[in-house]
Amino acid sequence: MVIIKIKGAEILIKALEDEGVETIFGFPGGAVIDIYDELIKSEKIRHILVRHEQGAVHAADGYARAISKPGVCLVTSGPGATNTVTGIASAYCDSIPMVILTGQVNTSLIGNDAFQEVDIVGITRPCTKHNYLVKDIKDLAKTIKEAFYIATTGRPGPVLVDIPKDVVQAFAEYKPLKNVKMRSYNPTYEPNMKQLDRVVEMIKNSKRPLIFAGGGIILSNASKELIRLARKIQAPVTTTLMGLGAFPASDPLWLGMLGMHGTYRANMSTAECDLLIAVGVRFDDRVTGKTSTFASKAKIVHIDIDPTSISKNIVVHTPIVGDCRITLERLNKLLGEEDFKGIKASRKPWLDQIEMWKSTKPLAYEQSDTIKPQFVVEKIFEITKGDAIITTEVGQNQMWAAQFYNFDKPNCFITSGGLGVMGFGLPAAIGAQVACPDKLVIDIAGDGSIQMNIQEMATAMQFHLPVKIAILNNGYLGMVRQWQELFYKKCYSCTEMSHTPDFVKLAEAYGAVGLRATKPEEVVPVLKKAFASDKPVIMDFVVEREEGVYPMVPSGADITEMLLV
Amino acid sequence: MNNGTENKKHILSLLVENELGVLSRISGLFSGRGFNIESLCVAETNEENISRVTLVTTGDMFILEQIKKQLNKLISVVKVLEFTGTPFVQRELVLIKIKAKQESKAEILRLVDIFRSRIIDVSPECYTIEVTGSEDKIIALLDLLRPFGIKEIARTGAIALAREKK
Repeated sequence: MVIIKIKGAEILIKALEDEGVETIFGFPGGAVIDIYDELIKSEKIRHILVRHEQGAVHAADGYARAISKPGVCLVTSGPGATNTVTGIASAYCDSIPMVILTGQVNTSLIGNDAFQEVDIVGITRPCTKHNYLVKDIKDLAKTIKEAFYIATTGRPGPVLVDIPKDVVQAFAEYKPLKNVKMRSYNPTYEPNMKQLDRVVEMIKNSKRPLIFAGGGIILSNASKELIRLARKIQAPVTTTLMGLGAFPASDPLWLGMLGMHGTYRANMSTAECDLLIAVGVRFDDRVTGKTSTFASKAKIVHIDIDPTSISKNIVVHTPIVGDCRITLERLNKLLGEEDFKGIKASRKPWLDQIEMWKSTKPLAYEQSDTIKPQFVVEKIFEITKGDAIITTEVGQNQMWAAQFYNFDKPNCFITSGGLGVMGFGLPAAIGAQVACPDKLVIDIAGDGSIQMNIQEMATAMQFHLPVKIAILNNGYLGMVRQWQELFYKKCYSCTEMSHTPDFVKLAEAYGAVGLRATKPEEVVPVLKKAFASDKPVIMDFVVEREEGVYPMVPSGADITEMLLV
Repeated sequence: MNNGTENKKHILSLLVENELGVLSRISGLFSGRGFNIESLCVAETNEENISRVTLVTTGDMFILEQIKKQLNKLISVVKVLEFTGTPFVQRELVLIKIKAKQESKAEILRLVDIFRSRIIDVSPECYTIEVTGSEDKIIALLDLLRPFGIKEIARTGAIALAREKK
């Protein structure tokens, strides 16, 4: 038998093709020239050339979330690699499946402080699910296989593979691998049925149940099961920021998001419920506020695939390690054997109480002669009828998007939740648009955040990705300004952006469309014009400068201690 | 009364893939999450590609639980064992360099004998003692030797194995 040896770069591309990779977000450089020399020959993989490596990682993140496939990026060694770190850390916090391929200097030079050498495996160890340095071409194909397997199974996350230049230049045989077996990695998917029996009893005995869902629902594709559960047991549902869209906002059982900027009724319900069913969440401090009083009247059930999430911040009564979708399926099956005929009547006092909270303190803002940022988000929702992918930057824009856009479906809200990365929204929108070419993709942005990765406008232009950017322009780093207003005696230290570019002209300089609205009546025409365009559009909404995000729970306070408008 | 909030010493024994950076993953986890490492000992085992890391840490039951879960989450960690509540044998090896003046030599030799330790290097003014044993034994010997003047100490940190069922 003749053994055909091919170049390492070709093995890499073939291995990626065999993983079903269709898109790579990347930026070339010295250490990855050989890979790019092969990549251009691939008929299956499309390369999106970003303008900064951070953009590549966020785009891969947005891509992954929009179509539930792993995002892939390719960058060179040294600065190329270090520029990906923020995006990797964000994907790690939000459990987004991603494979990051970084070039590395020749193996003989590693450790010699060579040109564009950096220990990226060392740097990213704490912010990847796992990472590899491939030192031998014989390990290349296997490592790629393992990387995708680890990134997409269990609690998903980013996996980095560092590949020295001489490895992709070497020759070896490529044998496609079918299966991955790892003795040290076996995620638990199936829940413990005895624990589930206990949950059924807890549900039967509960008068004021509440379902608290998170990003795990979206990652495990468990929305349908979540909806079934909520309707069956007539339990109201709140979600984390990452969980928005996991449960339809149009459903009467929907309470809105909970936590620091959660709705009044969601936070009150959390404090008053007697059973909290937490699914695919990790009890982040932005959700819990003061942990010692969080849901203190409730028995807590916690379902999550990652055992480290359980009893880390909040001690729970019934922990269940398992995949959210499989666990909810099993739970729904058990509940199917129970009689819930009188449920609507017996749930009435609890749901009435929630309705009262809703009507006394709804999410609201006061209209004025200047544009209110919340109004812009509301109009975006009305015009798109909820049928769009929304990405956000980080800060006030992100919270208003979360509060005033009613998400009915999963995979439609893409935001940097855990790490809170400013500059995330535009590249994430680009990634989502690549994944879903026919969808309307809108980045709800602030004037501060958008400037952090504005260079990606050129990427959107080059690849004809008609993303729409709605800048809520208040001339401030708004969220920090809001904290300064409330907790630092209005000392607006370094939060005023007294010079920003003319965003309309900036859009035009990139060859995109620039639009501006300065009065409330101009908002809808601008949005309609933008959404009708087949080009990328920047919309500059000059909004009320000192508008705040409310309700707001001060950091570390009990979540019922809300500052209202 | 112990409701689990008491800080205690715990010995963890990890079986890990013997690969690049594995120790760094473990120590990085401890430093990054603010867990404590009192001692750490790592070497190959009889199984190919598997190393054993023995690690002594302190914390209450909640912290210990998190440490174990976080270690298990590391892809390179094959198995995490904790010895609290199960019979196990534990040893540490210590080298002690001690001042040995003419008038104290006899007493030091007597202590070395009582503790079943050995003198492995001798110079006119100094003995180097090798001792193995449990933590209690080592503390006891060090306490007794201290008045003579300890010059230097090198400790391996604890290693441990669970006892076989009888």
